[in-house]
Amino acid sequence: MVAVSQDPLLQVRDLTVRFGPQTVLRRMSIDVRRGETLVVIGESGCGKTVLLKSLIGLVAPTEGEVRFDDQSLAGLGDRKLTEARTRYGFVFQNAALFDSLSIAENIAFPLIEHRRATREQALRTAIERVQEVGLPTSVLTKKPAELSGGQRKRVGLARALVMQPEVVLYDEPTTGLDPIMSDVINELVLRTRAGREGVTSVVVTHDMHSARKLADRIVMLYPVSRLRPGESQIVFDGPPEAIDSVDDQRVVQFVNGEAGDRLQELAG
Amino acid sequence: MAAEAASNATPREGGLIAAATESVADLGSLVVDAIVGLGDFVLFFAQTIAWLFRRVPSRRLVVTSLYQIGVRSLPVVALTGTFIGMVLAVQSYHQFERFGMENRLGVMINLSMYRELGPVLAATMLAGRIGSAIAAEIGTMKVTEQIDALAAMGASPVQHLVVPRLLACFLMIPALTLMAIFMGVAGGAFYCIQIFGVDPYFYFANAQESSGIWDLLYGVIKSVFFGVAIAVISCYRGFHSAAGAEGVGRAATIAFVQAFVVILALDLMLSISLDSLFELLWPGQGVA
Repeated sequence: MVAVSQDPLLQVRDLTVRFGPQTVLRRMSIDVRRGETLVVIGESGCGKTVLLKSLIGLVAPTEGEVRFDDQSLAGLGDRKLTEARTRYGFVFQNAALFDSLSIAENIAFPLIEHRRATREQALRTAIERVQEVGLPTSVLTKKPAELSGGQRKRVGLARALVMQPEVVLYDEPTTGLDPIMSDVINELVLRTRAGREGVTSVVVTHDMHSARKLADRIVMLYPVSRLRPGESQIVFDGPPEAIDSVDDQRVVQFVNGEAGDRLQELAG
Repeated sequence: MAAEAASNATPREGGLIAAATESVADLGSLVVDAIVGLGDFVLFFAQTIAWLFRRVPSRRLVVTSLYQIGVRSLPVVALTGTFIGMVLAVQSYHQFERFGMENRLGVMINLSMYRELGPVLAATMLAGRIGSAIAAEIGTMKVTEQIDALAAMGASPVQHLVVPRLLACFLMIPALTLMAIFMGVAGGAFYCIQIFGVDPYFYFANAQESSGIWDLLYGVIKSVFFGVAIAVISCYRGFHSAAGAEGVGRAATIAFVQAFVVILALDLMLSISLDSLFELLWPGQGVA
């Protein structure tokens, strides 16, 4: 068991994000403690990815703030934000590998960008990271288009880990993968945590199997468009074992994967 | 006020007032959007210039862009330049012959190529071949989150994606312009001399007498502005591409259309400015 500190590394305070007339996040507050693995679940369109991107400053808050290591991301200048981002790793939903670069160049990119690593150092690290995610070194010379979806996700994870980040953000790491490959990815996420003491993880998913396997704590978001005025967007916040004993119909419906009232909407 | 007036009016008048109010609001919204868009573009351009001096871009990225933008555009620019020179000869020969001035065709063809057609042709070809491709490539990177990935790794998307392309357009467009000019001049001379039988001695002597290094420089200076405009507009459109294949396709089309319009507008402004500069530097000698 990895120790979780009480000291929050990421703090979300009254975060509201709007895109034009659409409110995606509404006055959301949440803390992520050092060493904790927080899993964010919720139906499509409830703002999980927007929350994840807000945590690294890729999406600017309309109101409220996100604090990383007690500093507001919005208050950091370009240089300081860049420095802060080198302490993060981000695994994108579709890996977001650079098409024009080889796998080795993709993995080594942050090292060359920030640490001015030589080609040899970068290649050595790329080999280590590729082996860590269970891929053969023969993939290093390939282009992203030549890999399968599961391999691309693993390369995305290898790239996210190359700078030894303090916090790793995962955006739907198992979406689009078969159950076996999903479990491989889940195991890699767990191993990443076990191999790097104190690493904090935020995993966005709608796969309940992954959520139960990975989480120290689960937070469930609900779409703003379905909330009543004044209602909190977070409909569940607790340990994974507690999610099966809640009475809130919105949580039960999601956890059990029931269409429920959505069928009436279809009929309407 | 408008609401009060509408409430006091008859239903028909109320409807008209409401429609008029709505039209004014729509117009205002369009104007505001246009100003916001322009401001955003200016900020993007300023950010690009700042990154140009802040950090040297990777040599590999610059060389790749130089090759894509310069070397691979050369054949098409040379080919179209040749045809434009020959078309000028075909269109003008009979007019000049009527006044017995066919020996002066070289003056018209060369000056047109140096000052106007060379730079505009090279820029148009670049906007079509490269501008759309840049917008589509960056647009695809945006919708596949590759731009977010760059930012998430603490790298500047502007420094990695815009600066190398800007440098390549800035450095290669003068070479492409010179190629278009050379091929246009050669194509025009070939058609006049070989097909229409114009005397080569008088053709070249008149052409040389009436044009100089300033005319060549005139076209090259224009081309540099065109190159910068193509690079920045195309990258900006790519960065603001909407999601999906349709969004990327639209970004590529808008990039070409906007770059083309800006090239023509810049052409007019630069022609006026360069003529004024000539008058300032060499007063009383006439701009041509």
